[in-house]
Amino acid sequence: MGNKEGKTEYWRWLEYQRVMPSRGLNNAEIITAGVDVGSVGSKAVIMTDGDVYSWSVMRTGSNSSDSAKKALGWAMEDTGLTLKDFNYIVGTGYGRVNVPMANRAITEIACHAKGANYIWGPSVRTVLDVGGQDVKAIRCDQNGKVVSFLMNDKCAAGTGRGMEVIADLLKIPIEEVGKVSLSVTEEPKPVSSTCVVFAKTEAVGLLRKGWSKEQVLAAYMRAMSIRMSELIEKVGCERDFVITGGQSKNIGIVQRVENILGMKSLPAPNVKETGRDPVAAGAIGAALYAKALYEKSCKR
Amino acid sequence: MISAGIDMGTQRVKVVILKDKQIIARSQQFSGFEPTKAAEQALEEALQNAKLSRKDIQHITATGAGVNMAPFADSTVSMMGADARAGAYFFSSARTVIDVGAEEARAVNCNEKGVMLDFVVNARCAAGAGTFIEAMARALEVELEDMGSLSLKAERASPINASCVIFAESDVVSLIHREEPKTEIARAIFDAMAERVSSMVYRLGINPDIVLVGGVAKDVGFVASLKRRLGTEILIPEEPWFAGAVGAALIAAKRAGRRQ
Repeated sequence: MGNKEGKTEYWRWLEYQRVMPSRGLNNAEIITAGVDVGSVGSKAVIMTDGDVYSWSVMRTGSNSSDSAKKALGWAMEDTGLTLKDFNYIVGTGYGRVNVPMANRAITEIACHAKGANYIWGPSVRTVLDVGGQDVKAIRCDQNGKVVSFLMNDKCAAGTGRGMEVIADLLKIPIEEVGKVSLSVTEEPKPVSSTCVVFAKTEAVGLLRKGWSKEQVLAAYMRAMSIRMSELIEKVGCERDFVITGGQSKNIGIVQRVENILGMKSLPAPNVKETGRDPVAAGAIGAALYAKALYEKSCKR
Repeated sequence: MISAGIDMGTQRVKVVILKDKQIIARSQQFSGFEPTKAAEQALEEALQNAKLSRKDIQHITATGAGVNMAPFADSTVSMMGADARAGAYFFSSARTVIDVGAEEARAVNCNEKGVMLDFVVNARCAAGAGTFIEAMARALEVELEDMGSLSLKAERASPINASCVIFAESDVVSLIHREEPKTEIARAIFDAMAERVSSMVYRLGINPDIVLVGGVAKDVGFVASLKRRLGTEILIPEEPWFAGAVGAALIAAKRAGRRQ
């Protein structure tokens, strides 16, 4: 966990790849892939007949098309698959136009709704997707089709990037911020600044006043959660409600958003056993669209 | 008639002493963690420059983000009120005063008497204030003072995310890796600032003459971008960062006069 200068990088989250050995490739009729190139993370999902076979989650590099290739390449590792085996590939996310092997690009809004519908089932009506550089509140129907959505992509407040800034400031590894923020005995008042730059200054001031790291983190995460909740309330929060994207793993954000909204989000299924990973919801949706598009092209 | 104005800014405290509405002393201190102490120091220094003592001042008016941290002031005035008063004092033709400080930016409409008529404020986002330029100078590894002259050498602006300081920082880092000229990145940064500030002015409606004050007004790069964006001339007083304190001191003089 260090860079060239040997400085610890607390924002660095863990990359991972998984294959579902129980699902064989031999009998698969349709093999598709979804590649979600986000601003911070790139996700690739490989599906056999509409179920997750393998997937990867890794950091996006400076070049979107390289990141797309690497993510899909990693998802293909130990599967014996080659690019020729795919019937259809859909690219999505911030860098979706730069997915060279994709047959088509689809917006991440549509893919997240579709992915949430696969992960949690047809009861999902509201999806909060917290990505690295944007936050989306999406309403969808029982088929995972988008009904309406709102997005903040102009401002780091309430995004994964905002979380990284404070993790770095407080020197708490990003994987632990959620747990650490919940260790306070009493929830402090949220920091008053929405802007990440001003909130960071405010956090420094609070530390100087003698607040503990945990208290400052909690105050900051409370403000982030308020910001996210405002977006969901504007789009209208209907049951069932789920959270996708990198911050779905951040229990400090999930619990606070639930408290503010007065509504529980559906818990994530057992990711290892089912492959239904909320972080990869966009790529899952893309792979499902890829299957639908392939089937449509066959009928023609 | 002697009056004083104190502008309790987030970065600096500014003091101006007026004698019969003429500026006779100015002084500034970093606000630091004890703005009250900084304000007292700045006031003492201004008094020394003017060869006056505290009792010679008939009225002190405070303004600025930390207005509550100046307990010795006789009264307070809003930052918009002080801006309007100062704008009309520097240029009688002023109808719009733009104030860009370290953490906040304002656009104020005023009449010929310096009475505030309408205003728009950005205080919730760092992208439209001096902090933005500071952060970008750090990312570019350029002295803050050199940002302006650097940007003036650019022929075009590099594409950056201009809406958020945090996102712009990452954009600047990747532009540096791609070896884009620093001149064009600097130009993009000022264009982005000008875009944010001018959007406030457009919300008020363009009312010339336009006066620019606040610490950022001394930055030639920002001024050039703002002129281009607004398509008008911009008037800038000498030492524009003292405008808030000048406005407060003018209001102090008026209030002292009323009491006599």
